[in-house]
Amino acid sequence: MKPGFADPVFGAQAIFRALMEAMARPGRIHTCDVLPDCPAELAPAAAAALLALADSETPVWTDAGDEARQWIAFHTGATLVHNPAQAQFLLVTGAMPPLSLLDAGTDEAPQDSATLIVQVSALADGQGWRLTGPGIEHEHRLDAPGLPADFLPQWATNRAIFPRGVDLMLAHGHALAALPRTTRIEEPG
Amino acid sequence: MSVLARAPGEALEARIAAGPPLPAHRIIRGPEIGLTMLRGRAGGDGAAFNLGEATLTRCSVSLDDGTLGHCWRLGRDRRAAELAAILDAALQRPDLRAGLLGAVVEPLAAEQAAAAALTARRAAATEVRFATLATMR
Repeated sequence: MKPGFADPVFGAQAIFRALMEAMARPGRIHTCDVLPDCPAELAPAAAAALLALADSETPVWTDAGDEARQWIAFHTGATLVHNPAQAQFLLVTGAMPPLSLLDAGTDEAPQDSATLIVQVSALADGQGWRLTGPGIEHEHRLDAPGLPADFLPQWATNRAIFPRGVDLMLAHGHALAALPRTTRIEEPG
Repeated sequence: MSVLARAPGEALEARIAAGPPLPAHRIIRGPEIGLTMLRGRAGGDGAAFNLGEATLTRCSVSLDDGTLGHCWRLGRDRRAAELAAILDAALQRPDLRAGLLGAVVEPLAAEQAAAAALTARRAAATEVRFATLATMR
């Protein structure tokens, strides 16, 4: 079993601040190095985000292996569910479940929707997708390979059901970027 | 484990210092202090109610071979929680178990049993037998 945050209070605060900044400025990459040692399968930024956000009242779904599952269950106290639709937080290390399956909240309580943390194979800004929407003055470029081929149509459907919809966090190593449900994504070119 | 969780910090430290060396460990969580809600039942079968909160210290450690040890104990003694967690892990190792049981756990258990017996004797000395009083009249 690997340890959690080196300093539980300041570690959780630092990653929470990074997540808040990332959600407020969609697509901007933030780095947060607060988890010196986590299961090898997990990106440190994704694992730290889950430690800061999940607790015993938020069901978590993950496709990671046993070591990572035990680590998440021990350090967050969250229930690990098998059905992605029941989860409040999802940590994706491999294939992303379809966004339409996930809990999108209700029109009365859109804040109850699921948050998806996806580990991508790279994160780079200044190239790739064109992002526009709240929190972006003109446009922002973000490149995040490793998402499914039909991600953009799925994301367009997710945007169309606003105010419902899931929020996405992308993590690679210590870097993370967020795509809240309001962000419009277009292919480059 | 209940012996280790009840043992006073100084007694635990003294027994460990006198006993065989503890294996190297790394901290997984804590030692951290929190509160736990104590629940009670009137008469043992009434509805459960919240009696109050008590401080609790918990700690989890892992040995080099991955053996995990946990300790949750009442009070705020971080050092004692860490030592008890290390002992919990070390006692799972067949090569260390016998030595640590003899040097640390058994003496502490004997001390606690003696203290409990003393309290029980003191309480027994003040016992009033109502049946006896009735026959004394």
